Amino acid sequence: MKIQFISFIAGLLFSTGLVISGMTNPNIVIGFLDIFGDWNYSLMFVMIGAVVFNFFSFKIILKKTPLLTSAYLIPTRKDIDSNLILGAAIFGVGWGLLGVCPGPGIVNIALATKEIILFIFAILMGILVHQLIFKGIRGEK
Amino acid sequence: MDKILFPLIGGILIGISSSIILYVFGRIAGISGIISAIFNPSIKSEYWKISFLSGLISGGILLRLVEPNFFSYSIGENSSVFTILIAGLFVGFGTQLGNGCTSGHGVCGLPRLSPRSIIATITFMLVGILTVAIKNFLGAL
Repeated sequence: MKIQFISFIAGLLFSTGLVISGMTNPNIVIGFLDIFGDWNYSLMFVMIGAVVFNFFSFKIILKKTPLLTSAYLIPTRKDIDSNLILGAAIFGVGWGLLGVCPGPGIVNIALATKEIILFIFAILMGILVHQLIFKGIRGEK
Repeated sequence: MDKILFPLIGGILIGISSSIILYVFGRIAGISGIISAIFNPSIKSEYWKISFLSGLISGGILLRLVEPNFFSYSIGENSSVFTILIAGLFVGFGTQLGNGCTSGHGVCGLPRLSPRSIIATITFMLVGILTVAIKNFLGAL
């Protein structure tokens, strides 16, 4: 119950941050990616806020043991492989097409339009296709 | 100030949320990875992801009720069904293949100075910029 409550609150904070910052608005995102046009630099400050905050907080946190688990389960790989580049590039195309990445996509379910439902459905299908190809349907990361 | 202060505050909220996830659960708050947990709902160690998603969705709905102006935009209304499907499929598949999106690689990976996250973030930013540029060049898709 405690676990559910804490991560629910963290989810609320995350969506509030996305909405306040403008990340949920695809026009702002497309404006940010449109560096050859009328560039909207505002999202740079979202990244600065989040990354600088985490730079310091992660340093402090990683010196302690986690609250509800025995050890940190964070990525340790350092190799740059083709899947990383190819995956990031494919994601970049999808992101540029509509101006919506996964977090804002989920928050925008609040719009309750058929377009956002279709988009979320397609994201889930994309995830499922990957799981079927690479891991088998019940594979674990 | 709308272009600097609000994005900065929003970014810090996102930082606080992902720091909570790291400290409490010892995990990275990567939304694309969290979404994929809905295909493995029986794994107990993944329960926090489902409640995080619930918080993310509830946050959007609550904020829209409190301040509808936050959501005064549309997503994909001028795009074809085909474009929306491709965008979603690419976002879903690409983030799984590349092990992360704007949150996992950007918000959480950059502060850890992870070489994989730095390369992934540069890649999806550049491809996103290129996609928007091509889309503008070709006219509305």
